Formats: sequence, structure tokens, C-alpha cells
Amino acid sequence: MDALIERYPTKASALMPCIWVVMDEVGYVPSDAVDLLVEKLEVSRARVYELLSFYTMFRTEPQAEHTLQVCHNISCHIMGARPLIAHIEKRLGIRLGKRTPDNMFALEGVECIGACGMGPCLQLGKHLYEDLTNEKMDVILDSLRKGIVPRADTDRLTVEGGA
Amino acid sequence: MSLEQYKILSSRFGRDDGHKLSVYEAEGGYTALKKVMSTMKPGDVIEEVKESGLRGRGGAGFPTGVKWGFVPKDAAQVYFMVNADESEPGTFKDRYLMDYDPHQTIEGTIISCFAVNSSLAFIYIRGEFGWLVDRVQTAVDEAYAAGYLGKNILGSGFDLEVIVHKGAGAYICGEETGLINSVEGLKGQPSIKPPFPAIEGFLKQPTVVNNVESVAAVPWIINNGAAAYKNIGSEKSAGTKLFSVSGPIKNPGVYEIPLGMPFSEFFNDHLGGMVEGETLKAVIVGGSSVPILTAEEAMQVNLDYESLDEVGTFLGSGGMIIIPESSDMVELIQVLMHFYFDESCGQCTPCREGTGWLHQIIKKMRHGEGTADDLDLIEHVCQGMAGLTICALSDAAVMPMRSFIEKFRPEFEALIQETAPAGNASLWPRGE
Repeated sequence: MDALIERYPTKASALMPCIWVVMDEVGYVPSDAVDLLVEKLEVSRARVYELLSFYTMFRTEPQAEHTLQVCHNISCHIMGARPLIAHIEKRLGIRLGKRTPDNMFALEGVECIGACGMGPCLQLGKHLYEDLTNEKMDVILDSLRKGIVPRADTDRLTVEGGA
Repeated sequence: MSLEQYKILSSRFGRDDGHKLSVYEAEGGYTALKKVMSTMKPGDVIEEVKESGLRGRGGAGFPTGVKWGFVPKDAAQVYFMVNADESEPGTFKDRYLMDYDPHQTIEGTIISCFAVNSSLAFIYIRGEFGWLVDRVQTAVDEAYAAGYLGKNILGSGFDLEVIVHKGAGAYICGEETGLINSVEGLKGQPSIKPPFPAIEGFLKQPTVVNNVESVAAVPWIINNGAAAYKNIGSEKSAGTKLFSVSGPIKNPGVYEIPLGMPFSEFFNDHLGGMVEGETLKAVIVGGSSVPILTAEEAMQVNLDYESLDEVGTFLGSGGMIIIPESSDMVELIQVLMHFYFDESCGQCTPCREGTGWLHQIIKKMRHGEGTADDLDLIEHVCQGMAGLTICALSDAAVMPMRSFIEKFRPEFEALIQETAPAGNASLWPRGE
């Protein structure tokens, strides 16, 4: 954090990257981390919480082991995001927006994540899975249950007129 | 028409090694920077980019060189921000630029900063692109090590620091003042203009915000000259544009085409037409916020700023969404209205309330509870939203809403006339 604060022109402007440091370390921003941010960046607690509530990727509660974020915006919708979500709901026995009782999976619908050409798609942390089918989704879920994050078979779309 | 000769921005797309400094340099990378540093003054760069006709590729289409020209020449501190918060539904072109060719954007950033006399630039990448933050940061580190960034770049006396800044999930941060506020460590809520950022932006200092694609075009313009760039495209729309194309077509993906290409040619010759069993119903040419075109309208237009203006839509971000005949238009507009409702920053009442109203009315209709005056009510709500807010998000919701009803009204009326939800024929059960 100190290195970040050094680079940014004002302490307060380093707030977002410092919150990311906490997110990457802990997985969410606990209240004692808020205390630390307040002290280090000389901002009010209200300002920190303002950011934590405004930006959807910042979380203030412990997260499930795997948060499955399925895009449900227009391009993915056209390519079958809803049936895919229904399939995951059935497989995990939970509804969209909930998590499994063992805290293994949370299922979230998210807005466009920039993978429109190969929808439907799933974001899992820094991994992006594209061109999904129910079968591919099952492979991902089974793999995660075994503790393996499958390789993201991401992007490499057709560029310039054809495969 | 082959697109091979128009690879200004996309020459390294799809390759495994294009992101490396060594490859970029071997293919002529950073020669534009060397040319600028050894032979040009900031004013020359601004003139060259003005002359090229390059317009902002993020969506608004404002001439890039003109924007640079607004920065006061005597400013003590100027900030530069590369807008890589690519979030407009249907848009995934900047992702390609950063993934396959980050050095092109970095070289463009350095030249742009030299032009506006900025010594600190931010590359603001949306938080969802976590792996791209890593990729761009690696490239920035390479550029520092090679002496393209830092103090006294290439012995010119020009200093530049670049910070890769990661967003955290807010569509509105793609709006330039929202982006500036976000980097200041605030909620990404837009500020009222004027003052425009070029006069008073980040930390109250002059600030230029440019889209990744605009910045990435700068090295080519410097290397090849404004006239060569202007030579490509149509009269008022110079150069090439990246289109990211999604939907049930044979070849979805990112394409670089000369502006002015007829949609029909693009669709048939390059996108390969629809997949088997689908026919074209409608096209959103420039990201979800622009008015939709019917298939017939789309087949008549050329893909450039002026032609699209004429038919009442916009080139926007180039996020092209191809909609098949099988799509339920009421369902699609609910998806979009949910999005704008979700992403409204809540600052202006017309947008905060209006996007919620639009979403609720459509949702009610899809629950089988629509009434005859709902379409009038939607128009009434739209009138209370359009042009009445600090930023364009409110208009961005109104434009698709109005155009969907205008062009596909029978689908809305048919839904209203039904008395009960019509089963699960659609992709999205109507009871949800």
C-alpha cells in the first residue's frame, strides 16, 4: 500500500487501488481493514464505505469459495444466458443471487463483461470462460468441486473475416 | 473488399506474441515515438492529429486533436487518462487492443501526453478485465525498462509516469468525468460540464480523457501522416474503426474496417451472415445505448458517423449486436432497461427514477399485466429523462427504449393484449 500511496498524486486518489490490495489479500474488506485505510489515506470512514457500496466488485462480507458470475446482458442473452443460468441453478440447487449451503458456490448475474462475441460467458475471479454450453458448465463445476480451477479457454476469436 | 490493407490497429490481433515489446519493436513499434521526440513539437503533434480527422472512438466521436487543443498551453500540470473502462454492452474491442497489442496503446499514450504536455497518465481498465490489468502492467514495466517511460524519455527531456488503474465494476466510470472522479478516489459519479475536463478535471487541473482505440491510432498517424489516415474512410469519417460484433452470426469477433463500408457488405462478406436457421431482424450498430435499426434499415446504411446520423442512430463504440428474427424484442428491452436501472449512479432524479420506472413498466408487461396506456406512459417517462441529466446515461436508456417501441410496436401491443403470461416459449420465462 505504501508504494501505491507514493505513486498517486494525492493520498485519497490511492484509495481504490488500496481497497484492491485488501480485496486481493482477504477476498473482502473487513471492518479492521477499513480502519487501516482511514488511517493510511487520511480519509473519512464514510468515504471508504461510499466506495465499498458504490463499486460492485468491492465486497464487505466473506465470499463463497467460488463466485460464479454469469453475464445476462443483451448479447449473452441472445446467445442463451438465461437457459445457462437455469441449468446452473438446477445443478447447484440454488437460485440466482444465492450461495450453496456449503459455501462452495455463489451464483450471480452480472452486466456485460466484454465477452459479447463468445456468449454466454462466465467470470470466475480473473478467469473468463466463453462460448459456454450446459456441458462445458458441468465440466467447470465438477472441476471446481475437485478443487481445480479449469484453464480459461478464453478469447482467440475470429479476427478479420473468418476463422 | 479485403480487409488486409486496413490493419492499422489490428495487425497483431490473434497472435500469441504480439503483446511483447520485442515483437512490437521488430515490427516498427516505437518509431513514431522516436520521430516525435527527435523532430516534433507538441503543437505539431496536435496539428497532425487534428488534420488526420481522428474522432474519439469511445462513442461520442469528438475530434481527438480538437480535444487536445482545448488544454491551456500554460497549464502547470496536465493529466491524461486512457479510458479502458470498456463497459458498453456489445463492446469488446478495447479488450483486444490491450490483450494483443498493449504497446501500441502505450506508445500512443506517450505521444498523446507529449502533445498535451502531461507528465502523469492513468490507464483506467475496468475491474472485470483483471487479466488485462496484468497484461498492460507488464507492458508498462517493459516500456519503463526500455526507457520509453520515466524520466528524460529517449533523451528528449520529456518525463512521463503511467499508472495502470483498476476499476471496480461501475458502467458509469466510462463517462469521462465519472472516470476522473473515480481516479480521485470518489464514487464514479459524473460532474456537470462545463467546466470541461480539458480545462478543469482531475484534481481541478486540465485533464484529457481518450478512449483506448483513439490513442492506439496515434502512432500510425505519426508514422504515415495525417493525409494517409484521412485517405481511408469517408469524407467526414476518416480512418478505420474497430467493430466488435456479437449475435448469432457465422463469424462473431472484432473487425477493423474502413469507415464508410456498407453494412450489407460487412454483414455478408465478413460476418458471414446469420448462422443456419436464423434470419436477421435488427441491428444495434454502436453499443446498446444507440437507437436500433431494423434489418431493412441496416441493409441501406454505410458504417460511418454521418450516414448513421442520417438514419437517427450513432456509430457509438462500434459494439455491434446482431439480433435474430427469433428474438422477443420486449424481452430484449427488459434486459437493457434492467441494465440501465442497475448502472444509473443515482445522482440525477430523472435517471435514477426514470430507469427504474422503465424497467418496472416493461417487467409488468412481461408479467401479463400490461395495459393499453403503458406505451404512452413509457413515452411520458422518456420525456422526463432525455437531455435533463448531468451525463448521457439517461439518454442512453431512452434511445433504445423509444426506438424499440417505434420499430417493433406490434410486439409490445401483442403482449399487452394477452391477458396471461404466454408460457415459456421465450428464452426468459416471463414470470421472472
